[in-house]
Amino acid sequence: MSSTRQGKLGDWIFFNLTRFFALFVLLMLGGTVASLVHGAWPAIERFGPSFLWSGEWNPPMERFGALIPIYGTLATSLIALIIAVPVSFGIAIFLTEMAPVWLKRPLGIAIELLAGVPSIVYGMWGLLVFSPVFAKYAQPMLAATLGKLPVVGELFSGPALGIGILSAGVVLAIMTIPFIASVMRDVFDVTPPMLKESAYGLGATTWEVVWHVVLPYTKVGVIGGVMLGLGRALGETMAVTFLIGNMNVFGGFSLFLPGNSIASALANEFAEADSPIYAASLIELGLILFFITFVVLSLSKLLLMQLSRRGGLET
Amino acid sequence: MPGLTTQISIRNFDFYYGKYHALKNVNLDVYGRKITSFIGPSGCGKSTLLRTLNRMYDLYPDQRAVGEILLDGRNILDRNVSVNELRAKVGMVFQKPTPFPMSIYENIAFGVRLHERLSRVEMDDRVEWALRKAALWEEAKDKLQNSGMSLSGGQQQRLCIARGIAVKPEVLLLDEPTSALDPISTMRIEELLNELKEDFTIVMVTHNMQQAARVSDFTAYMYLGELIEFGVTDEVFVKPKMKATEDYITGRFG
Repeated sequence: MSSTRQGKLGDWIFFNLTRFFALFVLLMLGGTVASLVHGAWPAIERFGPSFLWSGEWNPPMERFGALIPIYGTLATSLIALIIAVPVSFGIAIFLTEMAPVWLKRPLGIAIELLAGVPSIVYGMWGLLVFSPVFAKYAQPMLAATLGKLPVVGELFSGPALGIGILSAGVVLAIMTIPFIASVMRDVFDVTPPMLKESAYGLGATTWEVVWHVVLPYTKVGVIGGVMLGLGRALGETMAVTFLIGNMNVFGGFSLFLPGNSIASALANEFAEADSPIYAASLIELGLILFFITFVVLSLSKLLLMQLSRRGGLET
Repeated sequence: MPGLTTQISIRNFDFYYGKYHALKNVNLDVYGRKITSFIGPSGCGKSTLLRTLNRMYDLYPDQRAVGEILLDGRNILDRNVSVNELRAKVGMVFQKPTPFPMSIYENIAFGVRLHERLSRVEMDDRVEWALRKAALWEEAKDKLQNSGMSLSGGQQQRLCIARGIAVKPEVLLLDEPTSALDPISTMRIEELLNELKEDFTIVMVTHNMQQAARVSDFTAYMYLGELIEFGVTDEVFVKPKMKATEDYITGRFG
């Protein structure tokens, strides 16, 4: 008898312990938001919502606006995704559908190793190796081609400095590729062979099988992988700091120009934030980054719900 | 036998998984617009043989075929034969229903689009034709835009058959097509196969001997990678020439 009672007590403790851990996550989340809001309060009170669209960042005059770092964060992440998603897709298709067996494993391991390289290494490589080459060859080429186009040309004009929003975006892309590619490879690998054979059996080519069958079948995982990459790009600090130029003045829409990102502004300026309003403004930047990440995550959930409603995997 | 045309002839055929010799010197004729069944215990090579007929093994680098398989007089094992065109002529249905993650309509249109350019109206007609042939039209006509995965198991398998015949192949390969289905769905598929042989040559692998006896015109009994006996189904089942065949079909082993 006593042993069952002990079992019941054990169950009760176990239940409450796990519940506590689970609720602890919510508590942490709430606590983070609350302390960010509390810390940012002086800035929120002083600048109001105009903090979001003011492009002025002037510590001596104590006037702060988040537009430039917000723009820099979004622009670099967007560039990173535009480059990284197709490249990762190609890597994943090659690894799952085309690579000979002897090449699969070493390539897969190489990709996982790339994901483990610390971001400061990417930053230093970006500044010392990538950016001079980028300034000397890639930027003049881009300016001479895309730069000549009517509207898009604006984005690829100006001095070839080697550092700036575009450089930061490209290095971010290189950093996110291993993440997106390895998630895509893993989800492509779980597609049932019989489903793929069914499509091959109709006479489809590898490309047609991947595009029309494997990708729709794995879209949830693929979007998850892209979001993982986007999350990394939005919050990436060190590599971006090395490459973005850390300029808080808006000089135009050219991607060649230096800019700033939220994470990199925080990393660079926190130590020098001598006045309370300066510190509060930086904390408000952190709050905004938190919010952007939250919105991105929610949008991806919405997208997935939309996709599954449109006749995907529901039964 | 009168009125028989040879659609596929397999000559001196050997097959290897890496070093493993899976099929040994198989010689067999598949006749047009008839149903041919491959039976035999697990691992006898019946599925392997079926999968060579549309060169599905091509997807796997360590699998290798030696010999000749003539389809309409042409050796399909020849490197120059395009597998995409071959598979348009030789369709396949698998052990489990494998609807693509798209609508019922698109499941069928997908294969057709790979080989033909049809107008919207022609495609609608083709989809209806294929669904009618597969005895699924009445159940599916009001929900063509629903996901193929929303159908029941038996309906999904008929969708896969519809998808296979929509391309208008000459030969339809079926790899244990009813092994994942309940008896009622199985019966419907068997009735369907009987109608489909008016238009298509059907080759089927089954581990259900009653099924082979019920639906097929010709039966091939295989054992350990060899073709033991091949003939008209009634003869193979009623008075088999080989002792091994008799032992298998009377249930003495296997």
